[in-house]
Amino acid sequence: MTALQIILWVAVPYAAISVFIVGHIWRYRYDKFGWTTRSSQTYENRLLRWGSPMFHLGILMVIAGHAVGLLIPREWLYAVGVNEEIYHFGATTLGSFAAALTLAGLAILIYRRRTVGPVFLATTVMDKVMYVFLAAALGFGTAATVVYQVFGGGFHYRETISPWIRSILIFQPDVTLMEGVPLLFQLHVLSAWALFALWPFTRLVHVFSAPIGYLFRPYIVYRSRDANREPAPRAADGTRCSSPTRSDCAACRAQLRVTNRTGTVR
Amino acid sequence: MRVMAQMSMIMNLDKCIGCHTCSVTCKQAWTNRTGVEYVWFNNVETRPGVGYPRGYEDQEKWGGGWVRTKRGRLKLRSGGRLAKLSRIFSNPKLPGIHDYYEPWTYDYDMLINAPRTAHTPVARPKSLLTGEDMKISWSANWDDNLGGSLETMQDDPILTKMSEEVQAEFEKAFMFYLPRICEHCLNPSCVASCPSGAMYKREEDGIVLVDQDQCRGWRMCVSGCPYKKVYFNHRTGKAEKCTFCYPRIEVGLPTVCSETCVGRLRYLGLVLYDADRVSEAASVEDDKALLQAQRDIILDPHDPAVIEGARAGGIPEDWIEAAQRSPIWKLMQYEVALPLHPEYRTMPMVWYIPPLSPVVDVVTGSGNDGEDARTLFAAIDKLRIPIGYLAELFTAGDVAPVDASLRRLAAMRSYMRGVSIDDVRDERIANAVGMTGTEIEEMYRLLAIAKYEERYVIPSAHTEQAHALEEMACSLDFEGGPGMGGAGPFGSSSGPSVPVAVENFHILADRQTADRPSTPGRVNLLNWDGNGDADGLFPPTGMTEVRTPGKPGKRKEDG
Repeated sequence: MTALQIILWVAVPYAAISVFIVGHIWRYRYDKFGWTTRSSQTYENRLLRWGSPMFHLGILMVIAGHAVGLLIPREWLYAVGVNEEIYHFGATTLGSFAAALTLAGLAILIYRRRTVGPVFLATTVMDKVMYVFLAAALGFGTAATVVYQVFGGGFHYRETISPWIRSILIFQPDVTLMEGVPLLFQLHVLSAWALFALWPFTRLVHVFSAPIGYLFRPYIVYRSRDANREPAPRAADGTRCSSPTRSDCAACRAQLRVTNRTGTVR
Repeated sequence: MRVMAQMSMIMNLDKCIGCHTCSVTCKQAWTNRTGVEYVWFNNVETRPGVGYPRGYEDQEKWGGGWVRTKRGRLKLRSGGRLAKLSRIFSNPKLPGIHDYYEPWTYDYDMLINAPRTAHTPVARPKSLLTGEDMKISWSANWDDNLGGSLETMQDDPILTKMSEEVQAEFEKAFMFYLPRICEHCLNPSCVASCPSGAMYKREEDGIVLVDQDQCRGWRMCVSGCPYKKVYFNHRTGKAEKCTFCYPRIEVGLPTVCSETCVGRLRYLGLVLYDADRVSEAASVEDDKALLQAQRDIILDPHDPAVIEGARAGGIPEDWIEAAQRSPIWKLMQYEVALPLHPEYRTMPMVWYIPPLSPVVDVVTGSGNDGEDARTLFAAIDKLRIPIGYLAELFTAGDVAPVDASLRRLAAMRSYMRGVSIDDVRDERIANAVGMTGTEIEEMYRLLAIAKYEERYVIPSAHTEQAHALEEMACSLDFEGGPGMGGAGPFGSSSGPSVPVAVENFHILADRQTADRPSTPGRVNLLNWDGNGDADGLFPPTGMTEVRTPGKPGKRKEDG
């Protein structure tokens, strides 16, 4: 267990997770207005119409696959009848398909971003940095899958990387698990941590705005203009004023005078 | 019965001269920023014409508004919740910026700094999207005054519903202007389309707004609105729309478009409506019955049961009283005002008085008396083309309500000619359109004299509970604004929100009358009237002169 190993497989993950969590809280408090997809569809739709759904559907499959492969211990899957062969076959075929879909979508989107003038002009520095790390994480991941899972004998990441991730998540990091993991997988993991650390400061925050609530809320939303405002002033007797005004309350009467005066300013 | 109040507008189209003052002042007030260069919360269209954005009324193409299902329920035309979410990565119905127009500016610098040449330098148009030279080929009112309409008129979705022979006749037959703002619908399909729940209808006054902090830029509202009055700010990635100038309305001022309207054709006021019956009214089977259904849910503010219901619903007394004096309620009562495209089933609340001028023009053009009631009535019966067109706009194609409205306007014209020229009050004219002479004179006063305080009956918002709010940020602190906040690290205008509401108005008013600066140590030019100098505007001149605290300029007394 060298210092480098501790830095790479303990310090980096925890730093990335901390930045990810604290960064999101900070961003949400500081910059609700900037929390958006920053869609560029109004500029260009011919390429986006293909690239965006391809990328997004692909990445959703990738995320689901990672959740199954990393978070669920393989013994659990054995228990429900998913043995090593079924898992390997499913993970490799579905994973390759998802990776192809995602990378093709990403390629279309990056090509579009670079070649369509208005889209390129609307690209921020953070967007560009994010694209580098996103492409790196996806590229290394796909390369590792192709080299080891498709053409190689198959690397058993569920004996090494997956338990290591879980050891991180339960705050009992086990660095030894990452010894002997092939370089491509290591690069994939590290670029992913970097992406997580960048996440709160990029447009990727829109992932956490996935509008699931839309399925359950009533169509028409009503809000009061006073909903987010200060509570009513206290009257002399200490009670809160009820809306709108109480003629027996000095505070309300005073405020009403102000309103009436300013209301007639022309 | 659940009584709610709605701030509404009616525009008298006969008076619109198409000067675009409303559009320009609105743009100066609200959309003179980057990202919304192409956006006109208020625009004025020449009809017949394709409108802005181009052909927005073709709902087969754009999928806005609601449709009634076979089982009598309402459904969003472009699909329900699951359909919306499945198209969230790329909205197939979203208008591209070229359906509005590509915004541009001119290379003015060239006029000043061009090197000496044989030819006069030219300020070339530059695209605001790409910065490149561009050829201007479309804009928000490219077919203004029917300019170039021979080429584009066949794209007018209303005309395509009418026959081809009508299309050919049209340019000769008639033309009028249609100013449009957000309809602030009772059953807004943009609100229903918003996946984030960021769009809402205000309980107090029914104004439909976008919560800029909650909007995530999914763009469904833009395609959901059949009037295409929600716009996508392409720099901030958020939806923006006409706000009914709520910061002005809240303090009793009319909207900017109304205040600056040269023709004084806009009316503002409250109506009370029964919120429980909105969806029932919006889902009546026959499109042509929608107008009457909407009229039926508007409540009589003089009815004791309605007043009782309004009180129970927390509507303040001065608002009930304002609803009773409302010019909107009166014009709806006279049945001269009609909604725009009721067939979209959104229950729009900006209504229009259809123009009688095409009829009068034809009558006078043929050498007849354009103020004679019988001649006008006969002409209304005969002029099926313009009336049919108006009916497609305002009544889902039903000519009877348009007829009725125009007849009343014609009767008013004729009756008042009698009063002012011949000193005769001919009750027969009034009776012919189901009114009395007194009613006609009241309507005349409202439509023709149109005094400021009769056109705009706006009760102030009740801000008693909001006075404690403190000024949180400089309201001018936006990109390109005098505060020069500008693009944060995450894109255009990121950072904490700026309160823009009645509170700002009070803060500014307080500041104007306060004895000391509200923000010590900062120069406040907002309230500087140009006389004297503002504190801190110039650096101290050092040894030679000891500056006394700046002498404030003399302020105009009327404020």
